[in-house]
Amino acid sequence: MLKEIKILADHGRQYVPDLRKQSVSARFRGMPVISADIEAVKAGRAAAICPAGAIDSSSGAIDLGRCAFCNECALAFPEVYRFTNDYRIAATRREDLVIKPGQSNQLRIDEASVRKEVRRLFRKSLKLRQVSAGGDNSCEIELGAAGNVNFDMGRYGIEFVASPRHADGIVITGPVTENMARALEICYDATPAPKVIILVGTDAISGGLFAGSPAVKRDFIENHHIDLYVPGNPAHPLTFINGVMDLTGRKQ
Amino acid sequence: MSNNRYTLIRNGSAPARFSEIPVTGYDEFFDVVTATLVDERYHCLNYCCYRTVEGLRFICSIADDGSGEIRLLSHVKKDDGTPLRSLTSACFAMHIFEREIHEKHGVAFDGHPWLKPVRYPHDRADRLSVPDNYPFYEMDSEELHEVGVGPIHAGVIEPGHFRFICNGERVLHLEIQLGYQHRGVENLFTAAGDGLRRSLLAEDIAGDSAVAHGLAHAQLTESLAGFEPPASLQAERCIALELERIAMHIGDTAALCGDVAYQLGQVACEALRTLVINTTQYWCGNRFGKGLIRPGGSNFPLTEEIAGEILRVLEEVDRRFGNVTDCVYTLPSVLGRFEDIGTVTRKQAASIGAVGMAARTCGVPRDIRATHPFQYFRQMEINPVMQETGDVLARGMLRTLEVKESVKIIRRLIDSWRSGAKETGRPQYDLKFSSDKLAVSVTEGWRGEICHIAATDTMGTLAMYKIKDPSMHNWMALALAVRSQEISDFPVCNKSFNLSYCGNDL
Repeated sequence: MLKEIKILADHGRQYVPDLRKQSVSARFRGMPVISADIEAVKAGRAAAICPAGAIDSSSGAIDLGRCAFCNECALAFPEVYRFTNDYRIAATRREDLVIKPGQSNQLRIDEASVRKEVRRLFRKSLKLRQVSAGGDNSCEIELGAAGNVNFDMGRYGIEFVASPRHADGIVITGPVTENMARALEICYDATPAPKVIILVGTDAISGGLFAGSPAVKRDFIENHHIDLYVPGNPAHPLTFINGVMDLTGRKQ
Repeated sequence: MSNNRYTLIRNGSAPARFSEIPVTGYDEFFDVVTATLVDERYHCLNYCCYRTVEGLRFICSIADDGSGEIRLLSHVKKDDGTPLRSLTSACFAMHIFEREIHEKHGVAFDGHPWLKPVRYPHDRADRLSVPDNYPFYEMDSEELHEVGVGPIHAGVIEPGHFRFICNGERVLHLEIQLGYQHRGVENLFTAAGDGLRRSLLAEDIAGDSAVAHGLAHAQLTESLAGFEPPASLQAERCIALELERIAMHIGDTAALCGDVAYQLGQVACEALRTLVINTTQYWCGNRFGKGLIRPGGSNFPLTEEIAGEILRVLEEVDRRFGNVTDCVYTLPSVLGRFEDIGTVTRKQAASIGAVGMAARTCGVPRDIRATHPFQYFRQMEINPVMQETGDVLARGMLRTLEVKESVKIIRRLIDSWRSGAKETGRPQYDLKFSSDKLAVSVTEGWRGEICHIAATDTMGTLAMYKIKDPSMHNWMALALAVRSQEISDFPVCNKSFNLSYCGNDL
C-alpha cells in the first residue's frame, strides 16, 4: 500500500489540462513557413533535395501530405524554409495541406467542407476503429498515446473501439498495402453509416516514401471521401486530437 | 581475410571484396554451414540470394560470437528449378531464410519441413499464392475448434493473422500468418537515388526502432564508403539507441500491466515513457528519433544542454520506474498472470535461432553490443542482462533490468562524450561507395539484432540491399510460447514479445 502511495505521489497530475494550448518543444516540426520572395532557382533546388517529393519545383510550396518532416529543406535554405512547432496541421481538404510561400495564417479546417451529419452526430462522442495498412508502428503508437494518461482524449468522448460495428468511423495509417487492401474494405463495410474516414500520417495521406511501390494499392483511398487528413511522420497525438475536435465541432 | 571456404569481416568495419568471397559447391557449403552452426558460439545473421547473370547468388553471413568475426560464405545455383538439400533439416534456425528464398525466388528445398510463406512480397515467385487462399494447418477432430484473430486486431496495433487450434480453452497450436504489412522496402532501397532517401526509408522499416534501423543503415553506408565516424558521433548514436530501448521497454511494461488490468502500473509507466520520448523530441524534434541518425554526421549534434537534460530526465525516470517495477513484480495478482506463462525453453530458443530479448530471457546470450560491438560500444564493456525462465515474467523482468542498465550505459557514454573532442559533422548523403564490395552492419535494437547487408557492383552502385529485423526469428518463439497455454493468456504472451509486423514484412 505504501509503495502504491509513493508511486501516485511521484506520478502527480499527468494530464495535459488544455490540449488546444499545450506547447511542444521548439525543435518539433509542425507547420512550415515559406518565405514569400522565394526565388525560382531555390524552389527547384529544394524540390531536388526533398526525399519525399513534397516540394513543388516551380512555386516552392510544401505538400504536408507528402512531407516526411525531415527538415532538410530548412537546413539547406534557412532563409526560405522554416518549420514551426505549431502542431495544429490537420485539414479536411487535401489541397489545404499544400503550404504556399508567404502563407502566414495558421492551418485551420475548412468549416464548409465538413459534412453536416458529422457535426450533428459526433460532436460529443466519436468512436473510431483503427486500421493499420502498412503503417510502421510509429503512427499507431502515437494514436495509442492519444488515449493515454497524458493526452486522455477519452475526456472528449473520442475513443478507439475494438470492433468496426461499434465505430463511427475508421482511422487509417500506412500507405495501404496490397495485402491489406481487402481487409480494409471489409472493415469499412462493417462500420455503420454515416461513417468518417480519417487518414493519419504521411504514408496514409499520399503513400509517403512508399508511393508508387508495386506492393501498395491505394484504390480505397482514391475511391472514398476522406473527412480528415492528419499529417506527420508520425502524426503527433496533439495534431490528431485537435484535428478530430475541429472536425466534430467540439470546443472543449 | 579469406580461406577457400569463407571470408572474414567485422561488424560495420571494412567490407569484403565481393568478387573474392569464395564460391563453393553446394555440398561443401552445406557441410561448412551445418558443421559451424551446431556450435552455439555461431549463429546465422542472414542467408539470402539475389539474381545475377550467372544464376542465383547465395550469401550466408555467420556470426562468431566468440571472436566477433563474421564469416561470409557463398554458392551459386543455376535458376533451373532443381532443388537444394535443405539446411533446415540439420539446423532448424535456417528455416526462416530458406522460406524467404523459396517464396521470393521459387527455389525448392528438399527436406524442408514447411515452406510456409513469410510475407507475400509483390515480386514473389508464385503470384497465385495470396494471404486469402493460404491453407492453414488443420486438425481433423470433432473435439477441437479453431479460433481466427486478425489481420485487424482489437487494439491499435499492426495487422497479422493468428489461427489457433484449441482443445477447450487450451491452445494446441498457433499458426501465425504475416505479410499484410509488406511495402516493398528492400526494392525501394536499391532504387533510391541518394543516402537521404535511404536514411528515411531505414527509419520507416519499423518506426518503433527508427534509431536501431537508421543506425544499421548509416553504419552500412559508411562501411561501403570507407568513412570512419568520429568518436563523438559514435557516442551520440549509442545514446540515441539506448534512449529508444528505455522508452520502448517502459512502454511495453505499461502494456503488460494493462493486459493484466493493473492500472496503476500501466498509467505510471505511460507517463514515464512520455518523459523519455519527449527528451528524444527535445533533442531532434521527433519523439521516435526520426531524423537523428544520418550517414556521415548528424543534423542534431549533441550539446551540453541536451546531454544535461537527458541525464536529468533519466535520473528521475530511473528512480520512478524502479519504484513502479518494485511494486509490479512483487504483486501476487500480477505475478499470477506472468509466472510460468508462455514459457519458451532454452533448448527451443537456441534451436529456432531466437535473438535479442527473446533469447536472453531463456538463458541464450545473444547481444550484438557485447559480441560484435559497433560504434562506441567497441570501447565499452557491455554485460548482457540475462534471465533463465523464458516466461512472461522473465520478459518483463528483463525489460526492467535493461532499463536500469541502459541508464548506466548512457551515463558512461555522456562522460566519454564530454571528455572527448566534438567532431560530429553534417550528414553526408553523397558518400561514394567503393565498387565490388559487400558489407554487413548489425545493431542491437531493443528487440534484438538488426542486420543490414548491401553489395555494390563494379560501378559502385547498390546491387542488393537485404534487411533482417529480429522479429523474423522471434515470431516462432511466440508460436511456441502459447502451446498448452490458455487462449486467454495469448494477449499477455504476445505483448511480452511485442514483435514487429512491418519489420518482418518489409
